[in-house]
Amino acid sequence: MKFEDEPVPGYSLPILPGHVSPGRLERVLRAGKFAVTTEIDPPDSADPAEVLKRAAIFDGYVDAINATDGSGAHCHMSSVGVCSLLTRVGYATILQMSCRDRNRIAMQGEILGAAAMGACNVLCLTGDGVQAGDHPQAKPVFDLDSMSLLEIARAMRDECRFQSGRRIDLPPRVFLGAAENPFVPPIDWRPHRLAKKVAAGAQFIQTQYCFDIERMRDFMLKVNDLGLLEGPDRVFILVGLGPLASARSARWIRDNVPGVHIPDAVITRLEGSSDQKREGKNLCMDLLHQVRDIPGVSGAHLMAYRQEHSVAEIIETTGVLEGRVPWYPGRDNPAERNPESMEAEAVQGHSVTDAT
Amino acid sequence: MVTIRHWAVRHARGLERFYRGFAQLLARLDPLWRRLGYSRLEAPVARVEHAVKGLLFDCRMCGHCVLSDTGMSCPMNCPKQLRNGPCGGVRANGHCEVEPDMKCVWVEAWEGSQRMRHGDRIHAVQLPVDHGQQGSSSWLRVARELSHDADPSPVQR
Ligand code: SF4
Repeated sequence: MKFEDEPVPGYSLPILPGHVSPGRLERVLRAGKFAVTTEIDPPDSADPAEVLKRAAIFDGYVDAINATDGSGAHCHMSSVGVCSLLTRVGYATILQMSCRDRNRIAMQGEILGAAAMGACNVLCLTGDGVQAGDHPQAKPVFDLDSMSLLEIARAMRDECRFQSGRRIDLPPRVFLGAAENPFVPPIDWRPHRLAKKVAAGAQFIQTQYCFDIERMRDFMLKVNDLGLLEGPDRVFILVGLGPLASARSARWIRDNVPGVHIPDAVITRLEGSSDQKREGKNLCMDLLHQVRDIPGVSGAHLMAYRQEHSVAEIIETTGVLEGRVPWYPGRDNPAERNPESMEAEAVQGHSVTDAT
Repeated sequence: MVTIRHWAVRHARGLERFYRGFAQLLARLDPLWRRLGYSRLEAPVARVEHAVKGLLFDCRMCGHCVLSDTGMSCPMNCPKQLRNGPCGGVRANGHCEVEPDMKCVWVEAWEGSQRMRHGDRIHAVQLPVDHGQQGSSSWLRVARELSHDADPSPVQR
């Protein structure tokens, strides 16, 4: 997909009629293409080159990159920092904002700052509890929840005002997203809770890891019945997927990462394989195929923690992009390359030989 | 107190009915409250309210009571103080991500709401808490607001 009004990297696209943001992700989704997003593992470092290197791994395979915000309540480079570095060279980013660490004053300021730096998408999250992370002594803030953050962000954009009512001169033009977990109790409430998020302003959803295709199908049926996939205020659903490294790590994730539901059948399948890592990737590709065929699903969100190099292979093999090459720095003009992309390619070559 | 909290959710429908009657009574007594002075009543009423609701619901006196919208399960007992439904971390057995021994406050809220006549109010988006109201009486606030709603003359809030 090539946009005719392609800007100089670091500058935004024009906002099309019916769109709220100048970003690529919203355009791809509204054009009805199957979108692919992924997330960057933010460095424990102040090195900008490291961020660019980690982004280059996904060049040509994803429509937007999530910058996680202290995910799992662990401390890393901030999501605004990561987004700012990436948007400078033109990448489409999704700014994750978790309510765990900041109050409403900080969060509204951050939305303005991130939008000014070119972040076009904001994912509003509640966030994991501090007990899950490396600083359990920290004060959990939770001044807002993801729902009220969505409402506040929407009012900032559409009504040009802070929650206090004070005016904003130039509003943040952001496409608003939220997370949902269709796989944990209360299961029958989850579709309604999604409806509530849409009412609060969510325009796209990235789900928790999906390893249970039946539950995903049921969820989509109900979401469709609630009328959330039609009309100008429709929501776009991107299903979370990722390769499991082994049966052991699957068990560990199930027991230790809040909210990840992995059925026994998945673990048995991995255990039965002589190459569990390979099988983990195969499973992910099978799920991606199945997810693409669920009516109403608009895309996939690949979370391949510590297996980032496998994203390219998974996308390539499954062909979900149908020949589309999402924009990346240097796609149309080699002079605009991400300065760190050479090194990333070298590493990628290495990891492919590793896997074979 | 957790056992009483569970009892409250199991009897959400009865409590809902009682609460509606009680709110109307409070509103009808508005002239009396006004004569006595709302500000003078604030401290003693808040103390009584805290004692009663603390016992029944483990109330945290947020000052914006939403119990009748949340299946009679107080959302301020959620470790993340969510006001709009469960987080994504609820355990497979319905227990809380942060406190594994406690049933998720929102799993309870959902069950409670299913028993209530106006249980669908759980689908309404709740505004963020005004932390300045912490410790103040929701009862008096309800009395003031309901009676003003009924009062056709314009009232400053
Ligand atoms: S599991 Fe339930 S009670 Fe625990 S933090 Fe999440 S929403 Fe709150």
